[in-house]
This record gives sequence, C-alpha cells and structure tokens, in this order.
Amino acid sequence: MSTTRTYAVRRKRSVPERIALHIRKYWRLHLLALPAVILLLLFNYAPMFGVMLAFQDFTVDGGFFGSKFVGFKNFEFMFETNDAWRITRNTVLYNIAFIGVNVSLSVLLAILFNELYIRKLAKTLQTLIIMPNFLSLAVVAIIAYGFLKGGPDGLINQLMKATGGQQRDWYLYKPIWPFLLVFINAWRGVGYGSIVYVASISGISQEYYEAAVLDGASKVQQARYVTLPHLKKIIVIMLILNIGSLLRGDFGLFYNVTQNNGRLYEVTDVIDTYIFRALKTNPNTGMSAAASFYQSMAGLVLVIAANLLVRKIDEESSLF
Amino acid sequence: MAKNKNEAVSNSFAQINRVKPLTNALLSALFILIALGTVLPVLLVVMISISTSESLAYRGFSYFPMSFTFTAYASLFRTGSQLVDSYIITIASTAVSTVLSLLVMSSLAFVLAQQRFPGKKFYSIMLLITMLFSGGMVPAYIINVNVLHLYDTFFILVLPGLVNAFNVIVLRTFINGTVPIEMFDAAAIDGANEFRVYWSIVLPLSKAGLATIALFVLVGKWNDWFTGMLYIDNPKLVPVQTMLTRIQQKIDFIKNNSDMASTPDGQRMLMSMPTEQTRMAILVLSTLPIIFAYPFFQRYFIQGLTIGSVKG
Repeated sequence: MSTTRTYAVRRKRSVPERIALHIRKYWRLHLLALPAVILLLLFNYAPMFGVMLAFQDFTVDGGFFGSKFVGFKNFEFMFETNDAWRITRNTVLYNIAFIGVNVSLSVLLAILFNELYIRKLAKTLQTLIIMPNFLSLAVVAIIAYGFLKGGPDGLINQLMKATGGQQRDWYLYKPIWPFLLVFINAWRGVGYGSIVYVASISGISQEYYEAAVLDGASKVQQARYVTLPHLKKIIVIMLILNIGSLLRGDFGLFYNVTQNNGRLYEVTDVIDTYIFRALKTNPNTGMSAAASFYQSMAGLVLVIAANLLVRKIDEESSLF
Repeated sequence: MAKNKNEAVSNSFAQINRVKPLTNALLSALFILIALGTVLPVLLVVMISISTSESLAYRGFSYFPMSFTFTAYASLFRTGSQLVDSYIITIASTAVSTVLSLLVMSSLAFVLAQQRFPGKKFYSIMLLITMLFSGGMVPAYIINVNVLHLYDTFFILVLPGLVNAFNVIVLRTFINGTVPIEMFDAAAIDGANEFRVYWSIVLPLSKAGLATIALFVLVGKWNDWFTGMLYIDNPKLVPVQTMLTRIQQKIDFIKNNSDMASTPDGQRMLMSMPTEQTRMAILVLSTLPIIFAYPFFQRYFIQGLTIGSVKG
C-alpha cells in the first residue's frame, strides 16, 4: 500500500520539476560532455545540413538560406558527362583491389611472422616493416617520384637502361598506374595491417596446435586448419568494415602520388579528387556539393548494409 | 606447482613445434628483404638530398652519388625562413591539437563510461551518427570558410577533427576496463564530485590508453598536409607537409604544361624553384621527427590497435 503511494507521489512530479532534478544531479556530467558536443555540432553536424547546397545555386551573398533552389540541376552535369561513371568505377575498383591485396598479404605476413623464433630480430624487422605507415602521402609521393621521374634521372629508367628495357616518362604512361597505386598502397599498409592479425594469432590456444601435431599435421597444415579458421571471423569483419568506405578514395594517394596529372585521370580520378578539383581548381560549389552528397548517401547505405552483415556473423563486432 | 609443470610442457611444445632451422633462416631472409624494401626507397631520398648537382647531372638519382654535399640543408637553414615558420606552425598545431583532443575526448569518454547516467544514450547516439554520415568535404568547407570564418587562421589547423568517434569509443572501453565501477561509488561517498573523479582518478589511471590515442592524434596532425592545402594561403601559417606538397605541385604544373615551361616566365619560375636536393632535404627534415620517435612509441601503437579491435 505504502509503496504504491510513493510511486503515485513520484509520478506527480511535473516535467519542469523532473528536469530541474536531473540538472541538479547531473549538471557536472553534461558540462564535461559540452566541449566535445560543441565541436561535434560545429564540425560534424553543421556540414550535414550543408548538403542542401547540392540542390542550390549557391552564392556567398545568399548563403545557405538565401540561395536559389534548383532541384537536381547540379547533378545533371555529373551524369550527363561520363564523369559520374568514371569516378565511381575507379573509386570502387581501386578500393576492392586495395582491400583484397592488403588483407591477404597482411594475414600471410602475420602467419609467417609468428614462425620467426629469434624474437629480437623479429621485433626489429617488424618495426621496419610498419614504418611506411607513418610517412605522409606528401612524402610518399616524392619518394615515388625518385623512382618514376622521366628522362635519365629516375631510378626505374636507369634500371630499364641497364637491362635494355623501354625508358619512359612514367607519369604519362597510363597502363602502369592501376598496378602502381595498388603496389604503393600495399607498401604503406601491409605491415601495419598485419599487427591486428599477429595479435590474434598469439591469442590462439597452444592446445589446438598440440592436437594438430599429434595428428601429424605439418606447419602448412597447421596454418590451413588451425590458424586460418581462427582468423576467419576477424578477417570477415575487417573486410566488411571496409565496405563502408568503398566510395571514399584515399585522396593523398590519388592526388599527390599521381601528381594530379590530367593525362592520367582516366585511370586515377576518384570521387574525392573530382570533388576537390570542382571546389578548388575551377570553383563550382553546386556541382562539387552534388558529388559530395552522392558520395555521402551511397556511403551511408553501404555502412548500414555492412553493419547488418557484421551483425549476422558476429553481433559483438557490429558498430550499432 | 601444477601450473609450472604446464608451462614447462607448453614451452617444450613450442620448441618441438618450431620450424626447422633452415626454414627459419629462409623466412628471416624473406623478412629482411621486405624490410629492405621499406627502408631503401626512403634512403634514396636521403641520398638525393646530399648529392652534388654534378652527381645528379651525370648519374641521375643514385644510391651512390659521386660526391656529397650538405649545401641543401645549409641553404634551408640560412635563407629558409619559410621552413622555420612552417616548422613552428607544425609543432604548435600538433602540440595544441594533441592536448586539446585528449582533454575533450577523454571527458566525453568519461561521461559515456557512467553506467547509471540517464543522458549516456543521447551522447552515444550523437557520437555514433558522426561515424555513419558526414556532410562531406564541400559543405564542411563552406561552413568553415563562410560561417565560422576560419580560412587562413591557426584555428582551422587545430579545431576540426579534435573529436574522433572511434577514439572516444576506444577511450571509453579503456576506462570501463581499468576503473572499476565501485571506485566511482566510493569516491562519491567520500564526497568527490564528477570533476574530481575525472581529473584525479580516471585520467591518471587511463595513462596507457591516453598515450595510445595521443600518438594517433599526433602522427595524424603532423602528417596532415590536406587541411593546409584547402584552407591556408598565408605563408606564415603553412604547415611543413603542405609546404612540401605545394612545392612539388608547382614544379609538376610547369612541367606538365610544356608550352608554359618554354616561355621566359615559365623559365624564370623553374629557375627560382628549389633544387631537387632542397626538396628532398625538406622531405627528410619534415619526416625525421616521426621516424625517430616512432620506434619508441611502437608498443603503444600495437596496444592501441589491439584495444581498438575489442568493441565496447
């Protein structure tokens, strides 16, 4: 009886009262969250509303609210020319190649790495192999230039000369670039990528290997039937999480390393470089906002789809 | 005793299950080759930066220049006010960003680590949305330039990206893992409010987690050439990495427009450009701090990546 009464009394509290109580109890926590919230609002949420730009004929004087609404006109340009298809194709294909090559090489490297038993040597080698990940793409671009420069200077051309191969200005030679970009991306990322797998492998219980050895399994068979099945889940999750960024091109790679060379656009132009040019080189806010909007929406769909897939495989690892 | 025995057994098993010495030697050789593959390209740039012009003219880029000189470095430090300015800007923006970022992200992570706080869900969702959807480069550019008026200011190098959702989640997971919930309660009974708990208990206990995140932020900021490309014109505010990109691009631009390179104007521009050695020297100087610091911090990176793979 008495419990019902207190319950009734509690329910009688009005909304303002409840808010006042909440604030009195928790204002410190809200205050602690405030700086981050302000930054998120300014730099993450405000641009989300800025996607309206894609549907406007934006002028600086008009601003977000005064500029003329033009519907899908900004998108027409992109889809009239071949551009939308070209940049989408390049972005998606490169990302698929990057994910495939980097994940498989990282796993292979991690499995082999765990077999090295002189730990000191192994540690030093690991340090060196991870190193390229800490170089900025501005730096990687210039390193690549040391190899690719046309004329007699570049290292590749010197090698070609010595072996009687064809010397070229590699920055003008389209067919090589898809392979080059995949290679440079792997050079930067594989060592770093293998860290996660090295950690997972060392977490596998020795008992599985003991059982395998009792059954007469060779090293290769142990990798095939013990290590890989244990890594399967994390590999799948890594693959799927990458799907979410399938439409995000690594800007530095496609802009710096290719030296933003117009003659290579056919094979090197991705959504991000396209947006950047539309914004900085020949400013067209509406058009670049349209490309940006297209990327964000497609990206959102991909993230949600990828997350659904992860949840099917392993609920714990899903993002939401 | 039993535990020791088990350990001994599994140790001897590890010995039995080793690869053969020959295989180990071959594997080591393979890894040494890969390591050379990562180091040698960087070494090429270092060698170019100390080659004499004669050597470049005769041998091109080479690991074995005919003669060495440090004039490129000397000229950078003598006349190089641009390099010095850029260095100062890079150091300042990296330091300020790292400290602010840690404070802001750890305080939000602390709030999210409170199990009984009714507002927790709201802030979690707010953070999650930023992982799912972004307005993209263009709206962000318009907001930063036309609304916040951050073009050509120091703030643009610091403020955007201070809060990274992924890092906050890693920190929150770390706090939940290291600070037991009873400690919050005990502190509350002792009369410590949330500020005190955050500052005197949570921050000191999360040092390892904070160090990891600090390194992610630090390396990211140091290597960030893109923000400068997009938002900075004032030479006094150009970060080192942006400066490097710009020099390279100007040269590429003139070379790619061959008709321009043949005009007197183009010739003069080409002549006034830094030499190949100077560019490579700038690259070496801009990368040196990271390259030297990173082996010491490698442990934290590996730790951080492993925490990151544990979802909170």
